Amino acid sequence: MRWIERALACAALAALPAAAQQSPAAPSAHFVVVLDAAHGGTDPGGRLAGGQAEKAATLALSVRLRSLLAARGIAVVTTRESDTTLDPNSRAAIANHAKAQVCLSLHVSESGSGVHLFVSSLAPAQSSLFLPWKTAQAALVTRSLALAGALNASLQHAGLNVTLGRTSLPGLDSMTCPAVAVELAPERAQDGTVTAEPDDADYRAKAAAALAAAVLEFRLEPRQP
Amino acid sequence: MIPRYQRVILIVLLAASLAMAGILWHLRQRAHQRLLAGEDSAPTQAPEVAPAEQATLVAASDADGSLLAQDRSLPLPADPGARARVLLGKLLDLYAAPDAAHPVPGGAPGIAQVFLLPAPGPKDPQTPDAELAVVNLTGAFAASHPSGIETESLTVLSICATLRANLPRVTQVRFLVDGQPRPTLAGHADLTRTYLTADAVPTGGTTP
Ligand SMILES: [Zn+2]
Repeated sequence: MRWIERALACAALAALPAAAQQSPAAPSAHFVVVLDAAHGGTDPGGRLAGGQAEKAATLALSVRLRSLLAARGIAVVTTRESDTTLDPNSRAAIANHAKAQVCLSLHVSESGSGVHLFVSSLAPAQSSLFLPWKTAQAALVTRSLALAGALNASLQHAGLNVTLGRTSLPGLDSMTCPAVAVELAPERAQDGTVTAEPDDADYRAKAAAALAAAVLEFRLEPRQP
Repeated sequence: MIPRYQRVILIVLLAASLAMAGILWHLRQRAHQRLLAGEDSAPTQAPEVAPAEQATLVAASDADGSLLAQDRSLPLPADPGARARVLLGKLLDLYAAPDAAHPVPGGAPGIAQVFLLPAPGPKDPQTPDAELAVVNLTGAFAASHPSGIETESLTVLSICATLRANLPRVTQVRFLVDGQPRPTLAGHADLTRTYLTADAVPTGGTTP
């Protein structure tokens, strides 16, 4: 993927002077992951082929991923544990309050194939003491691209088809943590026929395991400010 | 007792004002009809007499999230707004075809209008005559659009990229649905923001 290579190269370049100016932040003793099951309550999201609403599928994925991470001793904060309505600002507020090192916004879709990873389309900006709410993610975009790189590698390693992109999502753009929107789409054969739906338990487990492995990998990566 | 001549004047004035009101009402109706007729006459189908021109449709593919530029020979109207509408209609026709790489039902009727306005904000010396395209989608198109970050983003980006490829003066794109602002296309892609066509470039579908 061309954009991510370029972005990672930029990230590496940008990190050089920054690292010289300030001492690298010590690895947090408390590594926190925020899982945001998208939609919920009055917002059903999309609908899967089997009739399940996206809001239910994202919650199932969040629950699965939470238990995988918790089993490895990682602190997990979830934006919702039940079918409740949450606006994008509340989701970002939960994520920002948790001072998380990884934020994953989970979506499920019937379109496309494999796993779609989206990083905010905001242009990377210098971090400062005060960040404008709507574009707070701009200061973290470089780290978010690194997180997307780790997720991409792990998902591909698990044999899943990955598509990378940039987009503007209100909740994601306000998060002050390395944040990636993960959209689980059906697994498809070469000719486009669906081999596993996103509500297939085995397929969901495979994707969740690959995401959890990527988070563990990302925890060990040296942190940049 | 009111003098007779005053009564005559009053009646004449009353008749004149009634006649003027009638004429005004008639003119207003005529202007309204003209406006409606003008909207209707914006062609969805390019007239057959228009000479075929080279045009580029930048079409999305869900399989790899790519934007692929395809050159087409199409009869296009001269008016830039009508031209944009025909081009985007052709793009949506691709998406409505069976076995489309980015399936979205609806086709060309999904584009109600495209308005071209001078781009707001500070003038860029590189593009002093930059334009903002306001793409008015139909409610039926938005309602039937598949839901998902990738699919919705690709529709938005391919519209921006197609406008950029054919109307280089268009640097910004905004979206309306049935003439009204709308938060998202189908639950994901943000329709409240202004998109920059510079961010929507064909990938060619290749992954080096
Ligand atoms: Zn969603």
